[in-house]
Amino acid sequence: MNDTTAAHQRATGHGRPTTPGGAWIGASVGRREDPRLLTGRGRFTDDIQLPGMLHAQFVRATVAHATVTGIDLSAVLDVPGVVAAFTAEDLELGDITARLGRPASEFVATAMPVLARDRVRFVGEPLAVVVARDAYAAEDGLEAAKVSYEPRPPVVSAARALAPGAPLVHDEAPLNTLLDVSMFATEGIDAVFDGAPHVVRVRASTGRQNALPLETRGAVASWDAREDQLLLQTCTQVPHQVRTVAARCLRLDERAVRVVVPDMGGGFGLKCVVGREEIAVAAAALRLDRPVKWIEDRKDALTASFLAREQHYDARAAFDADGRILALDADVVCDMGAYSCYPFTAGIEPLMASAEMPGVYKVPAYRVRGRAVTTNKAPTAPYRGVSRPQYVMVMERLFERAARELGMDPVEIRRRNVITDFPYTGVNRITYDPGSYRESLDLCERLVREEGWYAAREEAAAEGRHLGIGYACFSERTGYGSAAFAQRKMEVVPGFDISEVRMDTSGAVVVTTGTMSHGQSHETTMAQIVADELGLDIAKVRIHQGDTDRVTYGWGTFASRSIAVGGSAVRLAAAKLGEKLCRIAAARWELSPDAVELVTGGIRRRDGTGEVVGFPELADIAYLKAHLLPKDVEPGLSATATFDVFNDGTFSNATHGVVVELHPGTGQVEILAYLCVEDCGVAINPQVVEGQCRGGIAQGIAGALFEQVTYDDQGEPSATSFMDYKVPTAHEIPDVLIRHLQTPCAFTETGAKGAGEGGTIGAPAAVLNAVNDALRPTGTELDTTPITPETVQRAFGRTVEHPS
Amino acid sequence: MTDTAPRERQLITLDVNGERHELLIEPRRTLVDALRHDLLLTGTHVGCEHGICGACTVLVDGAPARACLMFAAQAEGARIRTVESLAEDGELSDLQRAFTEHHGLQCGFCTPGFLMLAEGFLAERPAATKEEIREVVASNLCRCTGYQTIVEAIDDCAARRRKET
Ligand code: FES
Ligand code: FES
Repeated sequence: MNDTTAAHQRATGHGRPTTPGGAWIGASVGRREDPRLLTGRGRFTDDIQLPGMLHAQFVRATVAHATVTGIDLSAVLDVPGVVAAFTAEDLELGDITARLGRPASEFVATAMPVLARDRVRFVGEPLAVVVARDAYAAEDGLEAAKVSYEPRPPVVSAARALAPGAPLVHDEAPLNTLLDVSMFATEGIDAVFDGAPHVVRVRASTGRQNALPLETRGAVASWDAREDQLLLQTCTQVPHQVRTVAARCLRLDERAVRVVVPDMGGGFGLKCVVGREEIAVAAAALRLDRPVKWIEDRKDALTASFLAREQHYDARAAFDADGRILALDADVVCDMGAYSCYPFTAGIEPLMASAEMPGVYKVPAYRVRGRAVTTNKAPTAPYRGVSRPQYVMVMERLFERAARELGMDPVEIRRRNVITDFPYTGVNRITYDPGSYRESLDLCERLVREEGWYAAREEAAAEGRHLGIGYACFSERTGYGSAAFAQRKMEVVPGFDISEVRMDTSGAVVVTTGTMSHGQSHETTMAQIVADELGLDIAKVRIHQGDTDRVTYGWGTFASRSIAVGGSAVRLAAAKLGEKLCRIAAARWELSPDAVELVTGGIRRRDGTGEVVGFPELADIAYLKAHLLPKDVEPGLSATATFDVFNDGTFSNATHGVVVELHPGTGQVEILAYLCVEDCGVAINPQVVEGQCRGGIAQGIAGALFEQVTYDDQGEPSATSFMDYKVPTAHEIPDVLIRHLQTPCAFTETGAKGAGEGGTIGAPAAVLNAVNDALRPTGTELDTTPITPETVQRAFGRTVEHPS
Repeated sequence: MTDTAPRERQLITLDVNGERHELLIEPRRTLVDALRHDLLLTGTHVGCEHGICGACTVLVDGAPARACLMFAAQAEGARIRTVESLAEDGELSDLQRAFTEHHGLQCGFCTPGFLMLAEGFLAERPAATKEEIREVVASNLCRCTGYQTIVEAIDDCAARRRKET
């Protein structure tokens, strides 16, 4: 522990288990990341300065779809400060191609060149890299680049992409379809719909969004001659996957590439795919034999990075007279933009939606078609929640619509349909581990009632005001292991994690994790797990992540996997080290290993003498007096363990309750209250879990009410700055009341489930339902997000004065 | 490949965190770039370079200002304070402690901006209400926290300061 940390924890008194001698797990331990981040001593990618470092920016396509007939960089080289400029041809890099093991009828693989060659497919696509002595000169250089195009007709909507005779974004993908799967199709489903007393339909669309980490993407590449290795320092959620792609594109052995991740200013999925720019920057650094830095500017981050969430649903659900769902039939089209992202592919969104749409409900019959279409828009990456904010919204709309048609209470209809007996194997062939679906729903409704919102809604209605209450009840699969990802038929199958715990002669430990925190507090939560397992003070535990030379292998952080999978590997490795310490201690006392036990700070005899040998003393034997070790114990104190999940993963769940007031004049949707009842199993650090909930909810509200990336009919993006892309502030984001339920996971090592995405998943549905509740007197029902002020005004029959 | 001569530069003096620094820079160099890349005070961050996100907020003569919207030369003669000035002798300031206690930061990228915003605001308005604090917090962007804990941290710090005086 450095001094600031020690001082900070002394001063705040937060940083220890709440009960003396109590467990670290479950305590809101003060974040060990905080002291450096609060004092300006974090080290983010753009904070890195290397001797002789140059600065790169990218010449980008200014048209959405064209054949490139020429790139002339000669004038660029005359710009003061510019050192070099390279096209794809100059750098001769391999392509980035993500694949699924699916037949051609279901999936078409498409290559994403590191720099575009003869064809551009979206405005902002990188064509050439300009390297200069400072970032300003690099910008100057861009202006001198001349690119000539032969325009092709752009495809800027999913509908256009699928229309017969539409121009092709990728010649190898007919009908601009990269993925087309039909799944489940329960036998007799059509007859169920024909015979059902009630069938409701929801046609919904959700806006294209930017995950928008506040820190844009970036990289610093340099060649380390002593190590004979490329050092690529970049803000990525998946360092080992970046290493693989960089090595392949640059035709190096993987050992000759070291990816190191500095502090990271958020990611939310946008940084869990391999980008083209970091590879191009690495190539430029190798070519020039000088360090090269690239920091994406906000305009490029908004237009030329990775987007998500533009989906279209046509869904029908059949219900019996009591409001029980009988069947679900959905058609899902996801507009994935110009390229398939590595390693997930453009299948990520439709496959997630198709596999998991029935969600928390007992759906007896199910049929789904999921498609990924390619368009001339910036490509997509998984974004926090991946498809779940969308299909949950559609499911919740179906239930609300059915409730209206049946004259039922919207909470009651959910109550009749949520899964209550676990484990439950759904029509989608997924087995759900125990959760608190019904309990969360009941508690959330009770809280809304107790807080007086039902009464307030009545009063408001009497005064002619428009209050609405909305809910979303959902679960979220977390802790996907290799088995679950293999089901998606990914060619690159993520899932397991590896951890190494190493103790030094002072009794302190360093722990590696293959996960990659970018705000989630792993340095704290993973350390809590180790501190508990070994009976160590957390100050003695240091977490290492994000360095491909230090960490054996890892899949990084996405899909709420870190604590569930990574945390389990960490615990297993610590336990293994604990066993070794016991064996050394037992030998020292000439006892059998089971005659001793781990206690805080050391190993104790079980024979009642109370004698304890401390870790430093055992470490002294393990390293400095190896001749004292028993024959079957190797010198040194390190242990490695892996963890994987061999079933369908573990489901976190929550119910969100939202109260809104609509202002017909301005069309404003004001959120008056937001309640969240969540269950992520054992919360390693409740404060951190609440932070994930609140932050996630804010992003969900952003999608529900504010943010949307739009394009004109030529494929020109309309938002190029924060003036046009409206990110909600403390004005728009309400306080959130959180209550925890705890259904421990039976097969993760700590009982924890994932907690990273839930907030984002529930918010759009809950907000949309609340808005619809408030719109009840108007007869209008909305199924599409974002809900703009204009939509609300129109619903109230107001003329919209300034249509946007 | 050419490596042409640099553009015209000017010599300026900046007073940052109580220290004076001479810098030879291009007139177009922004204050935030001078702080970060010339003085290596990398605590101040850049999230947009167009004055909206507030990650670059520093104090200029005590008042919060967007360092991405100012040229370094415009800051000559002013007293500039950055996040690096808040902790003293390795001890976090009361404001910094409030941020960690309330979990007012996750990735920490926006944090220096919010800290300097709050530092300037509370000095000006020690009696600010929570609603006024929320108003001020709404001038910067955070993508991780949902803002609630940032507002609570600042409000708590203000309340404690009032108690002490
Ligand atoms: S970087 Fe200055 S306001 Fe965003
Ligand atoms: S803590 Fe990440 S942007 Fe605010």
